[in-house]
Amino acid sequence: MGDPTFSFEKNVETALGDTQLRANFAFAMSTLYQKRKAVFADEAETERLREIGNAVRQRALGKLPELLEKLEKKCTENGIQVHWAETTEEANRIILKIMEDHQARRMVKGKSMVSEEMHLNKFLEEHGKEVMETDLGEYIIQLAGETPSHIIVPAVHKNKDQIARLFHEKIPGAPYTEKVEELNALARKTLREKFQHADIGLSGVNMAVAETGTLCLVENEGNGRMCTTVPPVHVAVMGLEKVVEKLSDVPPVLRLLTGSATGQIITTYFNMITTPRKPGEKDGPKEVHLVILDNGRSAILGDPELRQTLQCIRCGTCLNHCPVYTRIGGHAYGFVYPGPIGKILTPQMEGLEKTGGIVSASSLCNACEEVCPVKIPIPELIRRMRNESYDPKGTVPGHGYKWNLPEVLVWKIWALVNRFPRLNELAVKMGGLFGNRFPKIGPIKQWTRIRTAPRLARHSLHELVKAEGVENE
Amino acid sequence: MSDTARERIFAKLRPAVAAGEFNVPSPELPPRPEWTQTEKVEKLKTLMEAVRSEVHAVKAEAWTDALKALARRRGFKTMLYAPGTPVGDAVKQAWSEGSGSLPALRTYEGTIENYKDTLFHDTDVGITSTLGGIAETGALILWPDAAEPRLMSLIPPIHIAVLEADKIYGTFAEAMETMAWPERMPTNALLISGPSKTADIEMTLAFGVHGPKELIVFILEP
Repeated sequence: MGDPTFSFEKNVETALGDTQLRANFAFAMSTLYQKRKAVFADEAETERLREIGNAVRQRALGKLPELLEKLEKKCTENGIQVHWAETTEEANRIILKIMEDHQARRMVKGKSMVSEEMHLNKFLEEHGKEVMETDLGEYIIQLAGETPSHIIVPAVHKNKDQIARLFHEKIPGAPYTEKVEELNALARKTLREKFQHADIGLSGVNMAVAETGTLCLVENEGNGRMCTTVPPVHVAVMGLEKVVEKLSDVPPVLRLLTGSATGQIITTYFNMITTPRKPGEKDGPKEVHLVILDNGRSAILGDPELRQTLQCIRCGTCLNHCPVYTRIGGHAYGFVYPGPIGKILTPQMEGLEKTGGIVSASSLCNACEEVCPVKIPIPELIRRMRNESYDPKGTVPGHGYKWNLPEVLVWKIWALVNRFPRLNELAVKMGGLFGNRFPKIGPIKQWTRIRTAPRLARHSLHELVKAEGVENE
Repeated sequence: MSDTARERIFAKLRPAVAAGEFNVPSPELPPRPEWTQTEKVEKLKTLMEAVRSEVHAVKAEAWTDALKALARRRGFKTMLYAPGTPVGDAVKQAWSEGSGSLPALRTYEGTIENYKDTLFHDTDVGITSTLGGIAETGALILWPDAAEPRLMSLIPPIHIAVLEADKIYGTFAEAMETMAWPERMPTNALLISGPSKTADIEMTLAFGVHGPKELIVFILEP
């Protein structure tokens, strides 16, 4: 998976040099930041809500196998067909088979990050199916042939001029307009046709309730309701961690999700699906399928520290508050989940060695942890990823890939020098004499490329203090 | 394939949860707000108007007059309603008492498979009842059913919803508990707070992207 030519360093450099991209992100992220702040104005209340969110998610993960069995049982009783997929390949095959069983050719899709993880669109298109993204942001990037740059607002890297040109070029007969209302109207007209004639609808799942076998979807546009109500078949895909135990767990998580994601007290629609169309009902899909995907999640659950990664409800607020993400945007990370959550999730799913050092791209400022609605200690887990990168005895896939002898030796020498005062004194002396003449090679060259190297003083503080005649310095 | 996938997944999950326990005390839920009915109406109205819903609080016995006046003023052409429901029957009754320059009434004929064209292309307004409302966040609760299908509140460009003031709950949690949702979840339960909207282009809020462009709510007060 991932692009074999992927270089995080190169991506960062390109992103930082793209002034348009940086302006688009700076504006959007500060808007989302302000909106969240307004909706969570009461600090004490927000903290209590986060405690509840944390407890709900941890309780669910603590009895995950039991809850998944219950969810399967309830869904099956309700008439929803449940499928299990260990890998993304299996999940794609299951969905293709459902389409083929119904001779379905045209799919309309609501927003689903799990389907991005599966690269479902590409897979289905290779098998001759038409796949239409219907969330406005997803539709925009599908037209542009791109991937989401944010897990909540996928087209946030584009401004309206870029979207205006895109629509004019890609939608047959579309006039050029930079008016946002008119751009929305163009999408509405095109996509309503698609909803009406689609053979199958696909959606993600924000939460699945084990107690009742209910699939919950949060959205503002109504495309999610369209995809799950108009076509004769609905397929929902979810990561296996998205289950909650009880219906009463839903209101606090919903409140945290909408507040954190877009600064809304509630979204336009909250859609709870429990059964397919019942006899006598006039609409709704006749068949509902639920595909539950593992793709490495069960392995994460086995580590008592790292399993906190699975608490995530995919609100994206850690992206909006990250000083790195807000400057480089989502594409630079090279994988489906960017930003702080991506830094801990992607290496665990894909392997540390493949993720090109994204775990280094953090100042550990703790903003992500402070805003996380379910209190995932993201910085702590980033540190764990960094340690794992150097640890040949680690447990995360790709652990120890950064281990190398020169670095180990450098740190061993560093430890020695700091343990013995005489050695330290000597090293400082040498540093003062020759340090400034040290050739700028390897990591030093990299470091000083855009930074001024500090000049080492000729005399150490010790020497200066001694020269002043201070005793027992 | 999926059966063995299931077994393989559970074979990993079972030892994984045994590997260490989450030690989480369940914090107390926030106290339920104690609002009077007037306060609940006011709160719901304010919050829903803030997301561009049009909310009219009217006397219960006069709501169809208010509806007729609004329909005439706005020049609606066609309105989909649900006969056999209290709201639908009230509409039918009101229209029978004089329907000059009022929208033509439509009913959902057959199933979506054969009604799609009319629903998508030739219906201005869908009028539905609601199961209740939520004051804390400002939202309507809908449980569509055989009489009042799901798409009535989604496809027509204008959705009119009728809400009885005494069915406004303080919070979502309170509504679920009072009505015993866990024992009786319907095919589809919905919360709706306003017209369809998006901010996917430059964070600019725009309404009516896929669903209704307008949401008009009549709150029936005693």
